[in-house]
Amino acid sequence: MIYIVLIPLLLACFIPFISKFKDKIHTGIFVFIIPFTIFLYFIRFIGNEFSPIHQTYKWIPSLDINFNFYLDGLSLLFVLLISGIGALVVLYSIYYLDNSERLGHFYVYLIMFMAAMLGVVLSDNIFVLYTFWELTSISSFLLIGYWHFNERSRYGAMKSMLITIFGGLSMFGGFILLSVITGTTSIQAMIAQADIILDSKYLPLILGFILLGAFTKSAQFPFHIWLPDAMEAPTPVSAYLHSATMVKAGLFLVARFSPIFSGYEWFFIIVSIAGIVTLCWGSYMAVRQTDLKAILAFSTISQLGMIMAMLGFGTKIAIFAALFHILNHATFKGSLFMVAGIVDHETGTRDIRKLGGLLTFMPMTATLALFGTFSMAGVPLPFLNGFYSKELFFDSAIHLTEGVSGTASFLIQVIPYLAVLGSIFTFVYSLYFFFGVFRGKTQLNQLPKKPHEAPFGMLISPIVLVLGVILIGLFPNLVNGTFIAHAAESVYGSEVVKELKFWHGIDSTAFQMSLVVVGIGTILVSTRKKWNGVYKLLPGKLSFNKAYDWLISMLDVYSNRITRSYMTGSIRFYFAAILATTLVVTFTFMFVTNGFTIQFNELAEVTIVEIAVVLLMIAAAIGTIFTKHNVAAILTVGVVGYGVAILFVIYRAPDLALTQLVIETVSVALFLLCFYHLPKLEKNDETLSTKTINIFISVGFGTLLTLIAIASHSTNSFNKISDYFIETSHSLGGGDNVVNVILVDMRGLDTLFEIAVLGIAALAIYSMINLRNNKEEK
Amino acid sequence: MEIIISILAGTLFATGIYNLLQKQLLRIIIGTVLLSHGAHLFILTMGKLKTGAPPILIEGVNEYTDPLPQALILTSIVISFGITSLLLVLAYRTVNENNTDNMEQLRGNEHE
Repeated sequence: MIYIVLIPLLLACFIPFISKFKDKIHTGIFVFIIPFTIFLYFIRFIGNEFSPIHQTYKWIPSLDINFNFYLDGLSLLFVLLISGIGALVVLYSIYYLDNSERLGHFYVYLIMFMAAMLGVVLSDNIFVLYTFWELTSISSFLLIGYWHFNERSRYGAMKSMLITIFGGLSMFGGFILLSVITGTTSIQAMIAQADIILDSKYLPLILGFILLGAFTKSAQFPFHIWLPDAMEAPTPVSAYLHSATMVKAGLFLVARFSPIFSGYEWFFIIVSIAGIVTLCWGSYMAVRQTDLKAILAFSTISQLGMIMAMLGFGTKIAIFAALFHILNHATFKGSLFMVAGIVDHETGTRDIRKLGGLLTFMPMTATLALFGTFSMAGVPLPFLNGFYSKELFFDSAIHLTEGVSGTASFLIQVIPYLAVLGSIFTFVYSLYFFFGVFRGKTQLNQLPKKPHEAPFGMLISPIVLVLGVILIGLFPNLVNGTFIAHAAESVYGSEVVKELKFWHGIDSTAFQMSLVVVGIGTILVSTRKKWNGVYKLLPGKLSFNKAYDWLISMLDVYSNRITRSYMTGSIRFYFAAILATTLVVTFTFMFVTNGFTIQFNELAEVTIVEIAVVLLMIAAAIGTIFTKHNVAAILTVGVVGYGVAILFVIYRAPDLALTQLVIETVSVALFLLCFYHLPKLEKNDETLSTKTINIFISVGFGTLLTLIAIASHSTNSFNKISDYFIETSHSLGGGDNVVNVILVDMRGLDTLFEIAVLGIAALAIYSMINLRNNKEEK
Repeated sequence: MEIIISILAGTLFATGIYNLLQKQLLRIIIGTVLLSHGAHLFILTMGKLKTGAPPILIEGVNEYTDPLPQALILTSIVISFGITSLLLVLAYRTVNENNTDNMEQLRGNEHE
């Protein structure tokens, strides 16, 4: 199975070369082969007999990160969706994208996305899963921003990137916790250890992190805001990524991990509430949209919410219905996006207010849309698959009592009503979509192009999908036992067999709920203009987009403000900050570790000469602060330097004294040379507070170093290494001046680089004086 | 005596840092010079003062002062001299180019 994931990526490398011939033959024709072959490879696993397949390929064995591929019913369902719809989308894009577009880029991104998606659903290793998960985010970002010259595309791409990567990272946190608790990186091994996870105190954290990842990816409330903006992508991308595959990655994740969490009450509460709220809000907002793709985007959000809710219910029938609806939704929503693309392509607009009465111009497209929308609405007709899953949804919403208690029991009372409410609006926007585009008055003067029927090639893919809708509608048990049941089994944990039938009898509650939906829905559709004002009240001025934009702009403003508050450009300020930090940290450390121990033994005796020199030096050092004249300042510094030389004499360091004397003299000469050109010393005009801070820092530092010097002197616990130098200076170094022997024999390397330092300084001085960027400068 | 030299080194550090925190380039260079003097004295006191003869081997003398700190200081003196002379020329060039030696005015542009 590794080849199934990696070969598309490999082949994607050749797409740019093929796309060079795009004027003669459309690149998509070559690309079509990839998903189609994968689809054919996996279709053979469909059947009544199926057992999961496990394959392992080594990647990073030392970290237990390997390509563990696991094909069970759930993966098989998704793999078939990804490759099947992928093939159809490529086919559709051949007619949708003109060869003046950058086809190479488009197909590379698309195949990259497909391979990543296959990786997500096939991985059993959580870290490999995460790798592919982020790859889907990145390739989706690239696809949304495909028309990068378009400002809205860039905005949409950025938004989806930020939100899905935010979720992805939190999911990664959950994964790390999981692998730490269970000691394994395999999902199947984790499911086997579900008890350990359920007993762990990190359980709420793990669940929260993973669900955050799933909710952001699957556009659940309130993270749904990226999906409508992602509609700036080319329509094949919207059909593929934002209806059939990527947005279902979150559902896949919840389904994959539900055997672990299903015993946990909060899993039911969070997932069900998120799903139901998303269902209601998405369908409610969809009716308000005027852009065809925006209607479909909100409809996708609400349908994803419905599936998410069913996964949350966790009952046998709900799981089955969820997986069944994943398949159904992929078929009708894929076809509807393609229909929207055709309408856009043939009329030049997607604005539903300008469209209308297209039935006469585009009968084929209208027929396809009819099946798609009615199936989405869940109209009780035997040839529409949407009805079955909707009825199963109602059924599962009513029968929620299985093993639920406490806080959740209130939820059970409310859920059926919310389910009906969400479905009513689903019905409304579905019919609004169909009748708004294909019936009503034709406004030919409003349309940029004269509408006509789409080329047949463009219709193939939606036709195949609608055939799927009808086939599943007519023979629901065709897909039921063969692979939906296997998928449900791998989510639910034990065997799930569900006989689907169209007619449950008039006394079935679910059917009555469907009738209520159709009844109220029809009334609402026909009176839409009258109650449209309600949108001014409920979302009104409130909008999650505004919150998102506000958050992003505030992040910008505040991070800027914080950086500016300390990056002032004043070197004095930076230096003061560095010193103050050092001061505080060192003082604290010394106090905490009791570092200031002072002993007065073994000290050299004090003589008057030394005291005199020291006092002179202290006076000169303090004097440098107060001198107002250049030459005076230099001479005062000179006094300190010569004082040091005298101290070296007193402390029996003849070489030091010599060097210090020479260097001090040269330094003073240099100082005099340069200071001649420097401006006069100014009067110290700092404010009192700056002065106080300066005094505080400098005195603090002086005190600190004095204390450290005394303390380290008092804790002399090691023998000197110098005895060795003195003993061997003559015998090994051949010299009697020990300091010089150390400098050139024992530690000659220091001297070498000290010479290098002087050389570099000399070169730098020479170049600074002589070299100019501008020849005329002096 | 070590304590007194420690206090002297501390004073040199304090005055050096006070000068470093000033605005004029000239004062900053004076500050670095004072700091290096302080550091040298600091190293010297670490190796105990006046415990014997200068570290030049003579027959019959057993007690010598510690030669290692002296070697270290010698290296350090030369390096700080290199740095000081570089700083001086740098200051000279800075003043030539910008006509100011005030650090608060030498802040660079907005985008740095």
